[in-house]
Amino acid sequence: MKITKSCGAGRQEANDIFIWLEPNEKEEVAIKLESVVKLQFGKQIEKVIRETLAKLGVTSASVTAWDSGALDYAIRARVETAVRRAGEV
Amino acid sequence: MRNALGRELPEYIAGYGEVRPFAGAFAHAGEINRKAVKVKGDWSSPNKVLDSLGGALEKCGLKDGMTVSFHHHLRNGDYVLNMVLEEIARHGIKDIKVAASSIFPIHQPLVKHMGNGVVTGLYAGYISGAVGEAVSRGVLKNPVVMQTHGGRARAIEAGELHIDVAFIAAPTCDEYGNMNGLEGPSACGVLTYPAADAYYADTVIAVTDNLVPYPACPIEITQEYVDYVVPVELIGDSAGIVSGTTRITNDPAGLKIAESAAQVIEASGLLKDGFSFQTGAGGTSLAVAAYVKEMMKEKKIQGSFAAGGITEYMVEMLEEGYFRTLFDGQCFDLKAVESLRRNKNHQRMSMSMYGNPSNKGAVVNKLDVMILGATEVDLDFNVNVTTNSNGLLMGGSGGHSDTAAGAKLAVVVTKLIRKRFPIVVDSATTVTTPGETVDVLVTERGIAVNPLRQDVLEKVKKAGLPVKTIEELKETAEKLTGVPEKVDFKDKVVAVIEYRDGTVIDVVRQL
Repeated sequence: MKITKSCGAGRQEANDIFIWLEPNEKEEVAIKLESVVKLQFGKQIEKVIRETLAKLGVTSASVTAWDSGALDYAIRARVETAVRRAGEV
Repeated sequence: MRNALGRELPEYIAGYGEVRPFAGAFAHAGEINRKAVKVKGDWSSPNKVLDSLGGALEKCGLKDGMTVSFHHHLRNGDYVLNMVLEEIARHGIKDIKVAASSIFPIHQPLVKHMGNGVVTGLYAGYISGAVGEAVSRGVLKNPVVMQTHGGRARAIEAGELHIDVAFIAAPTCDEYGNMNGLEGPSACGVLTYPAADAYYADTVIAVTDNLVPYPACPIEITQEYVDYVVPVELIGDSAGIVSGTTRITNDPAGLKIAESAAQVIEASGLLKDGFSFQTGAGGTSLAVAAYVKEMMKEKKIQGSFAAGGITEYMVEMLEEGYFRTLFDGQCFDLKAVESLRRNKNHQRMSMSMYGNPSNKGAVVNKLDVMILGATEVDLDFNVNVTTNSNGLLMGGSGGHSDTAAGAKLAVVVTKLIRKRFPIVVDSATTVTTPGETVDVLVTERGIAVNPLRQDVLEKVKKAGLPVKTIEELKETAEKLTGVPEKVDFKDKVVAVIEYRDGTVIDVVRQL
């Protein structure tokens, strides 16, 4: 399934993450991540975003994530909320 | 080579010199020779006032390669450091070493002077803001030397840090150089950071925006140490000098940590008449004070002194009789300044008196309980307050290492996870304070006691508090955050962290 509408969830506050979804012309999930913990946890955060999208059946989206140190469960919740707001689930 | 904590250090660092490795918290405390001071007495004029900073630079013969010093009582409202360096740059003087007691975000223009070779060296107790970032990226020619408050006083007294010209921001000053911080548009309270500078610099220049008729009583830094007085329009921005009212945290995790810390203090048996105490001005630290206050009330205890940076909250505890005395190294707000003006039990202390390990006795040695912060704590209880977990320079010891070494019970209070960073780690990015001087770590998810303090461990356990090993705390954190990947650094040493005795406890490398 493709994301067809721009939509966001979360907050740019300490221990939270803001996820912004946009349509992607290509059939892929592209992730742009800014994070205070990118050096230590950048790969892990991208992995959690990808896995959550895959679980929800999203195959095409441009994701921009501004992370302020969210834990995995918060990242999953924000990604899922953004997808639901986009009306895709 | 490796020092006593196993930190890898170069034997020689360009722009710093031979490295004396840290050998243990008390290995080198004690004897020093205080340096002789050159005095060029001027009997010719009853007035030391000069027209301008430029004139002062010429008069004191400031030239390439010299060291100038500054104090940070004006905190993030300080205009003097920027003003003086701008004048030095205008005079075409290069290769200046800046010995500041601390650096704040307002000192951002220093980055420009570092970049163009006007400033090539820096000493500080604490660095926050753009200067720390620039240093981390290798902008400064020589490594920054990070000192403790007590260690800075020691280094100046011993002549290891020689100051050619001390520029002392003086909220009130008379024409013969007597200064105080109590009055004037830039009143900041005590003037305790520049004490060693005034006593040991070759030339001492007071910079004031409140020139008053002689004598400027009550005098804190006295005329016999001062060469010149330079009046300027404004030495600081009062809004940046005193922080806004610091409030007790209302964050549930912070309150839980504070309550647990207070319970540890109670369990330690130190909470009795004559109790002495220091805590920071942060929300959680103040909450510890609030819980301790309740316990003191209940047990009808009067403490001997509270020390450190003084806030309204500490002033209230003094006035309500919880402590007989305040030892003040820095006024954080106007209530502290007012209290200093009117209360004889509100006592000033210089940084040597506060924390110097090589004088005849510092206040920290009389401290029962110290509440400390941390960016990271490793499995040996070594604490980092100098860099963040990315290795970026954003703090420094200040009095951290001094008080930890002196206090009978040094308690670190911190959340176990902050913005996904696990605070308890295998090996700290940087070590500021050695674990042998840190007794207890209190987090919202449990308390760990340093195995070196079996006596404390027993008491805390007996009190039924939630004790874990520090390894358990680390696992608890990593279960939630994951295991952080290692950050890579370049080889260049950008900061040398001196322990209070002047040995090197760690270095910071370029990002």
